[in-house]
Amino acid sequence: MANTLDNITVPVSLPFTLSLVGLLVAAIAFVAGVSTASDFSEFLLTVGAGSGLAIGFAFALISLFDTARPAMIVSALLGAAIGLSLGSSGGALFGIIFGVVAARLIFWVHLRQYRRGLPTYLTSNQVLWHYGFRAICAAIFIFLITPILVVLPLSFNAEDFFTFTPEMLSLDPEGFSLKHYKDFWNSNEWQRSFKNSLIIAPIATMISVSLGTLAAIGLSQSHVPFRRAIMAVLISPMIVPLIISATGMFFFYSKVGNFMEGTLGLDKNLVGYIKVVLAHAVLGIPFVIITVTATLVGFDRSLTRAAANMGADPVTTFFKIQMPLILPGVISGGLFAFITSFDEVVVVLFVGSASQKTLPWQMFTGLREQISPTILAVATILVIISIALLTTVELLRRRSERLRGMSPT
Amino acid sequence: MKFTKTLLATTALTVAASAVVAEEMTIVSWGGAYSKSQKLAYHDPYSEKTGVTIINDDSSAEAVAKLRAMNEAGNITWDVVDVVAADAMRLCDEGLAMEIDPDTMLAPAPDGTSAADDFGDLLVSDCFIPQIVYSTTFGYRTDLVGDNPPDDICDVFDLEAYPGKRSLEKRPINNMEWALLCDGVAKADVYDVLATAEGQDQALAKLDSIKDSVVWWNAGADTPQLLADGEVIMGSTYNGRLFSVIEEQKQPVAMLWDAQVFDLDGWIIPAGLSDERKQRALDYIMFATDTQRLADQAKYISYGPARASSAPLVGKHADLGIDMAPHMPTDPNNAKNTFLYNYEFWADYRDDIDAKFQAWLAQ
Repeated sequence: MANTLDNITVPVSLPFTLSLVGLLVAAIAFVAGVSTASDFSEFLLTVGAGSGLAIGFAFALISLFDTARPAMIVSALLGAAIGLSLGSSGGALFGIIFGVVAARLIFWVHLRQYRRGLPTYLTSNQVLWHYGFRAICAAIFIFLITPILVVLPLSFNAEDFFTFTPEMLSLDPEGFSLKHYKDFWNSNEWQRSFKNSLIIAPIATMISVSLGTLAAIGLSQSHVPFRRAIMAVLISPMIVPLIISATGMFFFYSKVGNFMEGTLGLDKNLVGYIKVVLAHAVLGIPFVIITVTATLVGFDRSLTRAAANMGADPVTTFFKIQMPLILPGVISGGLFAFITSFDEVVVVLFVGSASQKTLPWQMFTGLREQISPTILAVATILVIISIALLTTVELLRRRSERLRGMSPT
Repeated sequence: MKFTKTLLATTALTVAASAVVAEEMTIVSWGGAYSKSQKLAYHDPYSEKTGVTIINDDSSAEAVAKLRAMNEAGNITWDVVDVVAADAMRLCDEGLAMEIDPDTMLAPAPDGTSAADDFGDLLVSDCFIPQIVYSTTFGYRTDLVGDNPPDDICDVFDLEAYPGKRSLEKRPINNMEWALLCDGVAKADVYDVLATAEGQDQALAKLDSIKDSVVWWNAGADTPQLLADGEVIMGSTYNGRLFSVIEEQKQPVAMLWDAQVFDLDGWIIPAGLSDERKQRALDYIMFATDTQRLADQAKYISYGPARASSAPLVGKHADLGIDMAPHMPTDPNNAKNTFLYNYEFWADYRDDIDAKFQAWLAQ
């Protein structure tokens, strides 16, 4: 888009720039002050000094330079010097980045560059909203993702605490190690719980997917009586507080377990697994029912009638016609069921015994009894597995859509 | 579909395979460095000797509640449980733990002294087999307390000399006693004073003077983490956790042994096990609480063995090679001023004082 303002470098008024910079830094100092200051006067001091310094710095840069580039270089050097005097090479790196960004921002405001690329007819308020909206979106993403990202570097901590050590902050290789990952691979307890999770979650998922899909198909037939009531019962595990279901399941499955062990003579461990798998399957079924029901809304019933018309029995019709069409819903329901079982800690704490200890259980007790970064290493591995899983499913989905010619690629 | 079938078959096989393993027993303990010391000193040698697979369940924190629920459901999955003495007394009173006869069920000392005499006064309940003496005491950051490190329990309450946060356990036990000690109550009178409503208010008033500077902890691992972060300058926890912070993790932390509170930790066997499981549990207890085994545990963690005959056998730390005796809470240098925890008092007053303490916390 051709824009006449592109070449304009007429500065805005100095007070405007300074007050904007001051406000921005005051906002940052506000957050910093809330988290670190011990009393109100210290808090005021943080905010006041922060914005005061920033205004002074901006004023100095603007009076010394006309364009952004030399100011960025000076500011980067200054940041590097401060970073070096406070910390080490890591501090200097942060200083340089901070200096460059700060100087760029100051001149971006001062030289009206924020108007670039925007239609010229926008009022000041519209420009403000344009950036305000992006800032809000960025803030939402930051608050969603930072808690997850923060554990990734901590899992490479060389010490046994959840602490960013000075060595880590200065990017010293000494401060990092893989020992918590080794711990995970070498510890019997972690390996046992990892194995248990890998046994329990897939089986529970398969049960939930088969039963949930069948239930969803049944419940979407118009001739089934008490459809709503049955639906409500089936999705109740999702609505009832988990701790309540877990208590109920504990007593119910204890009796079931005693019967299987005592009367049927099954092995204690096997019974333990059956109990946990069934309990997790119950938790997973609502997710499958909901996603499959949603997919069935878009399913054309005349297709099944057409299949029947051509002599296919209901089972063939289901596997050849209906199943492929509702597969995306089944898969995403299965994914939810899998994650439910894989992440679940309350029910397994009640229903399982120590031989069925799953990964979340081990993480839970580990976090309570011993705050060890091994948990962060496991969390990192799980995050990577989850990302891989979701990416695979998404790629498969796109592929099948492409094959069926549904998406215009 | 073929893939699904293969997956199904594999998982089914794995379940079946893991189900055919030999004898197993589930031992419940506290987790962390403590469970590790038990694994190295008791579980591993026992598995090697008998072939029994031992499964750890780090659920001692909720042992009483869970044992009650298991008993109600008629499905006890635990074989041996590690609990503090006070919990053992409660479980014993409720009939949830089995009574132990020290003369027939526990090994005598190598010199022939009977187990009952060897454990002596530490056999505080009929169901309880003492394992270690531990203490709840304070550690402080050496780099954050200035030139004059704290050496008196009352320094915890002195915000002027030691400004900064301190961590205390989120329960009245120990905190109330320390508060009274530092409010001028003589050591011998603490529990008499604490039995009165005025005494309880006095203790809470003293705690109130530092309330704004207190970080409350629930798990033994909290204070070590807070100290390592420098988030608190001093904090109470179990002495073994502090040993690990100081000697194994090399953090700038030191011990403040003054007015440490001794307590006992040990085993119970749940009541109502099948004969086969009961025999196995008893066999394990006989093995794990003999003189040598108790002394072995002190190689891995700085808790004092509960048998008198084990004390002379306490040697060096298994990895660090340092003498463990000076790190024991019972060492004369550390035990200059100790405070004796009164089980009976807390058994009688716990519910009342807990309620008062929680109400005070919420103010």
